[in-house]
Amino acid sequence: MIKHLPALLIVIPLLTAIITHLIGRINWVLSWYAVTIATFISFVISLSLLQTVLVQGRISYWMGGWEPPWGIEYAIDYLNVFVLIIVSFMAFAGAIYSRNNINVEIDDDRKPFFYSVYLLFVTGLMGMVITGDIFNIYVFLEITSLSGYALVALGKKRQALVAGFNYLVMGTVGATFFLLGIGYLYLMTGTLNIADLAARLPEFYQTKAIFTAFAFIVVGLSIKLAVFPLGFWLPNAYTYAPSTVSAVMAATGSKVAAYALIRVMFTVFTLNFFAETPFNFQYILLIFAVAAILVGSIMALAQTDIKKMLAFSSMGQIGYIVLGISLMSVTGMIGSLVVLLNDALMKGALFFAVGAVVYRTGLTSIENFRGLGKKMPWSMAAFTIAGLSMTGVPLTVGFVSKWYLAVASIESGMWWLVPIILLSSLLTAIYFWRIIDSIWLKPAPGEESLEQGHDYHRTPVKANDAPLSMLIPTFTIAVLCIVFGVFAYAPVSLAEKAAVILLK
Amino acid sequence: MEIIESARPVYVVLVSLLAVILIGISGKYPNLRELWTMLAALLKFGLVVSMLPTILAGKVIEFHVTRILPGLDIAFRVDSLGMVLALTASFLWIITSIYTIGYMRSLKEHAQTRFFMCFAIAMSAAMGVAFSANVFTLFVFYEMITVSTFALVAHEETPEAIKGARKYLVYLLGTSVFFFLPAIFLTYHYAGTLDFASHGILAGKASYTIISIIFVLYIAGIAKAGMMPFHSWLPAAMVAPTPVSALLHAVAVVKVGVFTVLRIVLFVFGVDLLQKIGLGVFLSYFASFTIIAASILALKQDNLKLRLAYSTVSQLSYIILGVALLTPSGITSSIIHITIHAFSKITLFFVAGAIFVATQKKYISQMNGIGRRMPFTMAAFTVGVLSMIAVPPFGGFVSKWYLLLGAVEANMLPILVVIVASTLLNAAYFLPIVYAAFFKDPPADEVQGVHEAPLMIVVPLVITALGTLALFIWPSLLLNLAKMVVTLVM
Amino acid sequence: MIELLAKYNYWIVIILLTTGLYGVMARQNLIKKIIALNVFQTAVLLFYVSMSKIKGGTAPIVMHGQEHIYDNPLPQVLMLTAIVVGISTTAVALTIVMHIYREYGTIEEDRILEMNKHND
Repeated sequence: MIKHLPALLIVIPLLTAIITHLIGRINWVLSWYAVTIATFISFVISLSLLQTVLVQGRISYWMGGWEPPWGIEYAIDYLNVFVLIIVSFMAFAGAIYSRNNINVEIDDDRKPFFYSVYLLFVTGLMGMVITGDIFNIYVFLEITSLSGYALVALGKKRQALVAGFNYLVMGTVGATFFLLGIGYLYLMTGTLNIADLAARLPEFYQTKAIFTAFAFIVVGLSIKLAVFPLGFWLPNAYTYAPSTVSAVMAATGSKVAAYALIRVMFTVFTLNFFAETPFNFQYILLIFAVAAILVGSIMALAQTDIKKMLAFSSMGQIGYIVLGISLMSVTGMIGSLVVLLNDALMKGALFFAVGAVVYRTGLTSIENFRGLGKKMPWSMAAFTIAGLSMTGVPLTVGFVSKWYLAVASIESGMWWLVPIILLSSLLTAIYFWRIIDSIWLKPAPGEESLEQGHDYHRTPVKANDAPLSMLIPTFTIAVLCIVFGVFAYAPVSLAEKAAVILLK
Repeated sequence: MEIIESARPVYVVLVSLLAVILIGISGKYPNLRELWTMLAALLKFGLVVSMLPTILAGKVIEFHVTRILPGLDIAFRVDSLGMVLALTASFLWIITSIYTIGYMRSLKEHAQTRFFMCFAIAMSAAMGVAFSANVFTLFVFYEMITVSTFALVAHEETPEAIKGARKYLVYLLGTSVFFFLPAIFLTYHYAGTLDFASHGILAGKASYTIISIIFVLYIAGIAKAGMMPFHSWLPAAMVAPTPVSALLHAVAVVKVGVFTVLRIVLFVFGVDLLQKIGLGVFLSYFASFTIIAASILALKQDNLKLRLAYSTVSQLSYIILGVALLTPSGITSSIIHITIHAFSKITLFFVAGAIFVATQKKYISQMNGIGRRMPFTMAAFTVGVLSMIAVPPFGGFVSKWYLLLGAVEANMLPILVVIVASTLLNAAYFLPIVYAAFFKDPPADEVQGVHEAPLMIVVPLVITALGTLALFIWPSLLLNLAKMVVTLVM
Repeated sequence: MIELLAKYNYWIVIILLTTGLYGVMARQNLIKKIIALNVFQTAVLLFYVSMSKIKGGTAPIVMHGQEHIYDNPLPQVLMLTAIVVGISTTAVALTIVMHIYREYGTIEEDRILEMNKHND
């Protein structure tokens, strides 16, 4: 049983997805139970896999007992397990959160459908992370994406449909490019197993076919990852999707796509490949990363809708991840992986908090946040903590990310990156501080008459925070932003082990 | 040097954090709430004093809290330099708490609970800075002060208050993120560590150019020290209620700023290194510029608090000048001026607040003849002014004396000229106020007789005024601590 | 030159790929976009399948007895998966377009974008 954990990780959510729809016909709450239990089991399995990997190094599981490279292998090493835990945890948190949240966004008769698609989405994500076969990555990528398109289109406003459609078109183009790239790889080497590809590719590094393969794969994954300039499906998708979906997608979707990119760039193609490309690939990635960071921060400043602001902020964070990758050093890679974890936590908490606001007020404009600190103190506290973390305040998780990226930039001799990282921190501080300011220090709309200073007898505002099933995940994740900001050693050491292997 | 492991520095920081929670809960019972503030202040001062004998005996107290990442630890280290700041700040917090309670109640201010909570956090953070063992810990507490004082500056919630608070935040946060933080990155990269050491950690680790760049980044990044051109937050923060201006901008925030500069100059770079590169001379001239320019700006202000603000900017640069001279007397002067200026300036700010409470006046031109109406207050004001101008028998004389000695030791004649000139300027912008208060006739429609501010406001300012006298008569404690620092770093 | 033209399978793939991409980007009608997407995906399908063909090979079904050269079955099988993916994508896309039509009353992209601008 224990031996088959990797397979169970995929099979359990997959089968539950099918059952969920059926039992939901009786009562949609049963669907919720099914989803929560399934994601919880996945989370527990991923923890057990972490334990095994820490002891054993690398797990290699042969699906169906077929030996690779003919069979499909599931290969779990430090990198996978790091991303896996993030994904399964956020999926579980999202499941708990959705209990009350979807009441405002999705009609009762569609809820079982929502839940079964949610599970498919999670299955796809986890599959992508643990598989060791590149075509399998494509299959799971498409499972995730298709579920994702549907989930986005389930949003309440009709713009969700258009956002979903655009996401579909761009996502399919990206995935198909990825497929095309895989085709070239197979054409030249005859294998689809990642470890085997890594062994066979070096002799072909000079060929045009492999170079084309790499280009297609990178472009395809970049569309999925929403790297500038291919990421313009992201803001609308995150904005109009239901709150749970925005949160879970922001916390997991781009992270898994980043994982795939790292896998391809450093395990399938090793560092040596980049020395042989006709142009300096590192600089190209670097330029796009910097563009993403700056464009993301600047566009976020200009938004009036909070979800769109957070979405552009995500684009900036993705820029950080690509920045760390492009530095191609161990410290840089640790930085990227740390940003991966931290962004999942921070964006998760932020989107969850925003979802709570939507639940209580139905509005997503930034104006709506005025004086909310009194009505929804816990949600707003979580929002503030996550917001401060995004700004990079020390003792939070955001600081750890910035620290590693800055140190890595200096180590690689690219001092000019440090002002850019700091500039985006400042811009982030501005657009978050505006909101935090109005949450706590301004009176709510309707209370203005009591505004001016010396009035002792204000009528106290009743606190009407979100229900517990929403508050607990939100607040827990926000607290984790601080926990991993102080006890950063645990995730960082795991990331370090992963980075060292990748960049050998 | 003997090192003692003790968690007492942590307790000092935690005392007011605990008080924050208690203050928050007791919001509905003002007397109970104020009790927590006073208890916390007394307890904190007591704990700091309890560590004093150990430090005076030449030992050092250390405590390592946690390691965040390799090279980034939160750790505390109590030494002679930290003691000076801690003693000054914690003692003055007691006095200011009494003053603040009186002030807020007289004016029936709103949101007092939030006010006292942020006050306590800010003081906690100030203690944290005083006892930091490495640059990272110092940075964390430094930023904590910025964030907690923001709510204090914006307290009135009027449009001007919010604008002033925004400017405050932009200047402080902007410089610390853009300059201080990169300086920390670079220090870590070249020195391999961020722990403070008595002869610096950067000697021989990088080229002079790089060290100079790091030095400039630090100086630009520590805007709390009020050096031009990043000083504008100080006048902007005068929109805050006077107790805030008093404690924070005469004591906590600005002293933390200059303390940080001292720490960095002496314990990250080291006297020898800076002398070799000549950065001491550079900093001296830079500080001199601020001293003179701020004094000239002070002359032009009619708003009493603004004049005091620019005076503070100027006086802070005295402290920086002292350490920039890199001589024993110079360094001694900076260290003791931290305390002496604190006492003098806080008296002056307290008086400004008292005047506002008693008469609602803010402008110097309105203050003719006010000495007859508020004799005790204005007497205290005169004492504070005389101390600032460095007239014996008041404390300011001692620090200025050492500063002059320091300039002579460093062989920098132009600096002597600067010091003398600025002293004259100080007299020029302070003495007219005293003259107008006592020797000019009050406006005809004024009430006659003595109408002082409430007792809770007047008593503190008299105490701090007497303090400046005491520092002249019994300077030995301060001087001993300062001399210990000098022996450590030279 | 002849050799280049002899690789006609690749030419077909290129033509279909670019036609599909062009259609996705340039056409305003959502259904046409979906059709173009399908053409685009078909290009990749043909790429894989043509990759599997070996000169002189027959269908990859084992025939006992003589020595035969078989075509590579793996890409063909992979493309079965890809075809299913393509169909699912088209199904989801068509469903979304149906709902769009219900909500917006049109399936022309420029009209929809304009209606969104007024809404936000």
